[in-house]
Amino acid sequence: MSYPTDRKYTKEHEWITPDGAIGITNHAQDSLGDIVFVDLPKVGTELTAGKPFGTVESVKAVSDLFAPVSGTVTATNEELATSPEKVNKDAHGAWMLKIKIKDPSELNALLSAADYDKFVSEEAGH
Amino acid sequence: MSAAEVIPPAAPNVVRKTALNAVHRQMGAKMVDFNGWDMPVEYPAAIGCGIVNEHMAARTGVGIFDVSHMGDIQLAGPQALAAVQHISMNDASRLAIGQAQYSALLYPQGTFVDDVIVHRLGEDEYLLVINAGTREKDFNWARDNTRPFDCLVENLSDDYTQIAIQGPKAVDLLEKLNGNFFDFPAEPDSPFQKLRIDADFKALKFYWVTYGRTMALRGHDRLYDSKTLVARTGYTAEDGFEIYVSSDEAVSAHVWYGLLAAGKEFGAVPCGLGARNTLRLEGKLPLYGHEISDTINVWEAGLDRFCKMEKPDFIGRAALEKALERARAEGLKRTLVGLEMVDRGIARDGYKVFDDAGCEIGYVTSGSPAPFLKKNIALAYVPPDNAALGTIVKVEIRGQGVKAQVVPTPFYKRPKKA
Repeated sequence: MSYPTDRKYTKEHEWITPDGAIGITNHAQDSLGDIVFVDLPKVGTELTAGKPFGTVESVKAVSDLFAPVSGTVTATNEELATSPEKVNKDAHGAWMLKIKIKDPSELNALLSAADYDKFVSEEAGH
Repeated sequence: MSAAEVIPPAAPNVVRKTALNAVHRQMGAKMVDFNGWDMPVEYPAAIGCGIVNEHMAARTGVGIFDVSHMGDIQLAGPQALAAVQHISMNDASRLAIGQAQYSALLYPQGTFVDDVIVHRLGEDEYLLVINAGTREKDFNWARDNTRPFDCLVENLSDDYTQIAIQGPKAVDLLEKLNGNFFDFPAEPDSPFQKLRIDADFKALKFYWVTYGRTMALRGHDRLYDSKTLVARTGYTAEDGFEIYVSSDEAVSAHVWYGLLAAGKEFGAVPCGLGARNTLRLEGKLPLYGHEISDTINVWEAGLDRFCKMEKPDFIGRAALEKALERARAEGLKRTLVGLEMVDRGIARDGYKVFDDAGCEIGYVTSGSPAPFLKKNIALAYVPPDNAALGTIVKVEIRGQGVKAQVVPTPFYKRPKKA
């Protein structure tokens, strides 16, 4: 799997674009399995970097979603309420929410596509 | 296994593997620790699997499961029936040779050691199929509590690879192998592979068991030719079979791949523990440690029809008698109900249940999205006052009370054949 280089990644397996779109990685959707439920905060909610902001559920398990950086929610992907399986089909296309990033310099602390790829392969090696 | 030997529980850090472990890994299955067993939870989406697809295959075609982690206890000898009667709650005297029944081993308190399927294999020969997580506990329990009886109690758990072939087309798949050598794609070093399983699958009734014969040919070698136990049983609320072949790795892999190849035209896919759990939940089949346990009694679990109070005395009977009297006077403390989520949210194992007024009344034993029914369902223990069909309750999901309704169970019943 090659990860898109137009965005940054977290060790909690989220991605974020420079304009504030957030989703989960292909690796995350693959380990979760069939995704059946995505629970997202309302527009206007303040997110704090590293803190949980929602959940994604597969048939088998519940996982928290963590904010890659701080910011304010400006939009949520309504489509995922009825078609959560879109995350399985196209994890890097299916954004979950958009935020107005509070401090763009926080993005620098996140992983590049190459670093994330490496992180995932090391994790799999254990 | 000599009768004097006590089997200790498996050391917690030792991972146990079935004979098909390497096969699951080769197929790319996601593996999990299940009660100390390294088992497949689901197979990859790339081969048409994943919990939802696996679940649907078992409901509409065929699903093939490695259930070799299940244990097998054999009781044989002149007093085998009396021994089985003493340690199990159903009436084994009603079994004809070749018949099986759902039953349970109980503690003197009337709570569960485990649930079991009792198969009568011969005049004085019974096979108890038990859960993976309770293998040693069950065997020790069976052996210790049948000492006065003239019968041999043997743990055959490691002798068998147990494969479940489940779904409306399971019978078609197996009939295809009956009386015919089925050729399936060979590995590079082998000129051909053949599998044949002779048994009268079509005629075998649900919850009956028979002996068939499995033959596996690899190249010019006869890999396997042996008597095979075939039971029309399962844990999916679907028609299906469970077959018991040698736990030799090569034989197990041959039978596994042969079944999958022969099943292709019937939509057969390998299924992991994930689908096994959602399938049994739709059918309200209990899972040890969830709906039944050492603190839940037979009446609470609603398994009355498998408990025969009128048969000769058995372990747990006296306590159940008392519990029944108490229940008649004061009602049960709690009862198992089916819930369907009304509002958005998925109830999971262990979540708390509240009444409409906000009082905590019980807990969820198993909860999941139901892939075939396309609803979010759960089983929960609540007081009888809150158990009437249509009652609205709330399940606490991440701090929020989410509305659910008591609905009839089983959630899913397989369609009757015309």
